[in-house]
Amino acid sequence: MSTETNGHEIVGRGAKDGGRLFREWFEALSQATERGDQVAYVFVMGSISEILRAFDFQVSFPEINSLQTAVRRVAHEYLNTAEDYGYSPDICGYVKADVGMQLRGGEHPMGRIPRPNLAVLTNACNTYLKWAEIWERMYHIPTFTVDIPGGRSAGYGANETSGDFKRDRQYVQYQLQELITLCEQISGQKFDVDKLRAQMQYTNDMAKAYKRVLELNQNTPATFNALSEGTIYLGVANGLRGSAEGSQYFQDLVQEMEYKVANNIGTLPEEKYRLVFVGVPCYPIFRRFYELFADWGGVFIGSTYLWFAAGGLELGYEYDLNNPLESLAEGTMLSVRNAMDSMFFQDRALVNMLDPFRVDGIVYHPIKSCRTVSTGLADNRRAVMEARDVMTLFIESDMMDKRVVSEAQMKNRIDAFFEGLATRKLRMSNQ
Amino acid sequence: MAYSAGVDVGSTQTKAVVINEDGEIVGRTIIDTGANVVTAAEKSFLAALAQGGIDEEQVEYVVGTGYGRYKVTFGDTQITEISCHARGAVHMFPDTRTVLDMGGQDTKAIRVQPNGEVLDFCMNDKCAAGTGRFLQSAAAALEIPLAELGVVALRAEKAVPISTTCTVFAESEVLSWLGKGKKIEDILLGVHRSIATRSIGLLKRVGIQDQISFTGGVTRNQGMVHVLSEALGTTLNVSEESHYMGALGAALFAMDRIKSSREPVRKEVTA
Repeated sequence: MSTETNGHEIVGRGAKDGGRLFREWFEALSQATERGDQVAYVFVMGSISEILRAFDFQVSFPEINSLQTAVRRVAHEYLNTAEDYGYSPDICGYVKADVGMQLRGGEHPMGRIPRPNLAVLTNACNTYLKWAEIWERMYHIPTFTVDIPGGRSAGYGANETSGDFKRDRQYVQYQLQELITLCEQISGQKFDVDKLRAQMQYTNDMAKAYKRVLELNQNTPATFNALSEGTIYLGVANGLRGSAEGSQYFQDLVQEMEYKVANNIGTLPEEKYRLVFVGVPCYPIFRRFYELFADWGGVFIGSTYLWFAAGGLELGYEYDLNNPLESLAEGTMLSVRNAMDSMFFQDRALVNMLDPFRVDGIVYHPIKSCRTVSTGLADNRRAVMEARDVMTLFIESDMMDKRVVSEAQMKNRIDAFFEGLATRKLRMSNQ
Repeated sequence: MAYSAGVDVGSTQTKAVVINEDGEIVGRTIIDTGANVVTAAEKSFLAALAQGGIDEEQVEYVVGTGYGRYKVTFGDTQITEISCHARGAVHMFPDTRTVLDMGGQDTKAIRVQPNGEVLDFCMNDKCAAGTGRFLQSAAAALEIPLAELGVVALRAEKAVPISTTCTVFAESEVLSWLGKGKKIEDILLGVHRSIATRSIGLLKRVGIQDQISFTGGVTRNQGMVHVLSEALGTTLNVSEESHYMGALGAALFAMDRIKSSREPVRKEVTA
């Protein structure tokens, strides 16, 4: 087989395989009830999938289910169902789309989402707690909240050597042990630590590869667009965390990205501006939103979304399989803390990215229906601009609700942003 | 002598400006945009040409700007009004570092470099409160011609606080104050202050630096100029051309294109 043939097969494989794995995952969920599988609802920030997979739970991510309704342009139907039921227009769109879906018996554009037997969550987001209470009322199922202590000081990155850190880790570990007991009761299976180790090994491989994929976008041209391809990778990372398929997918993805770097293959035909995205994508007009930037030659080489919504994979944290529970507790705690830091102290991480990734501009995208990820973005933007002379754009819309997405207004701002970037580049090239 | 033109198709009015190679305005016009945006752009352009006594063939490059910029079918390219207002303001008032553009539906705060480069900008989002439309609502409720609002407001003795943040609800709030016997001029001053407060909020987000140039249709409202100057504690740069600043900026960008096309190696200002 020639190199060209190999290249043809490799380039774009991550997007294609990701789509296939995603469909297969939803198919498995659709068949879960029929097969008599136990189902656990989990969240992207601290999913603890490894434990659940060790008990053969099918994991379902309500956040992903909800965003898929927006990508497939039917979110408004689910939002309307929930609002007609009594939910406020001002609360989290993910919650409402999920409630709408539950009220419709699990009907979903990707298949049929099964009812949960268990819901596992962390306190990474306040809404998680209230959301799980809805299922508790609807289905009378147990919900298990892992209380993750936050860091003791402001800033990006944890101090892993402090006494507090060790005590906090112990506290999380006790909770995981309680979760294991609960899983044994629900599943009727005895806990098998070697099975857990196997899941954790898959996650270790995935995390190492995920981190590598993000780092490879330091190259010019960028190998993937964090706003488009990146969200596919993120979906696989969450849905197939702790699985052999997920692990293999990311090994293949690293190969694809390294091949693209070696052969100078970018994700855009002509890359003009290298951007970082801050926030959650505008799913109701997902493709168009991407085009508003790509048409100008703007490529997102990074995104905070690929940090805080990746369950800590971006850290490349490696579980110690000799101490699986202690290590799982530590990894979970670090992932949740990092998700928080990625939202609240992202200014420092962004400033650190500017040079190695050769960033031309940063796009902040606060969204109406998620205050958790949007609060503080204006301040963070100001902090970044005070620290470094970098162009930024601040545009608001939503992750779910097309009623608050104004494409004309966004386009105007985006065009002006690129006009400014163009003028700046011209000035700098003339200096 | 080459000429260039800028056509600013706004939500309420369409402005056209024709300039010569020295950047001097030789023709300008303003008409209501109406429902037919394409026709409005053409009419304003032709009227500006007629005012300057310029033939269409003499205009080598036309830039469309404003929300209807893609409807300037005879234009050579499109540039957003954010860039155009910044460029026009710095051309007219070279010491400009902050621009406040208040139009029919948009208010923009823009921070600029001495060369007119946009450093940062901020606009009202998803709501026309704090824009000219807010004044239109008040004018309709009080049955006063729009052009007289500012003058009447300046006669006020004590402003009535206008608390609403919604343009539509503003009308009912104005009527309720009338019902309580408040003077029209006092209500109007409250309306102006309410808009000014919102605009200054936008300015603060980009950082206020002297000098501040005020652009857009609301610059013709003396009351708004006064209230803003008072609140900001500085004199705003305003001239008769302030209403045309977007179209002027567009014409200046167009002239850049004409001049750069004469250079051996041409560099695009915008992609």
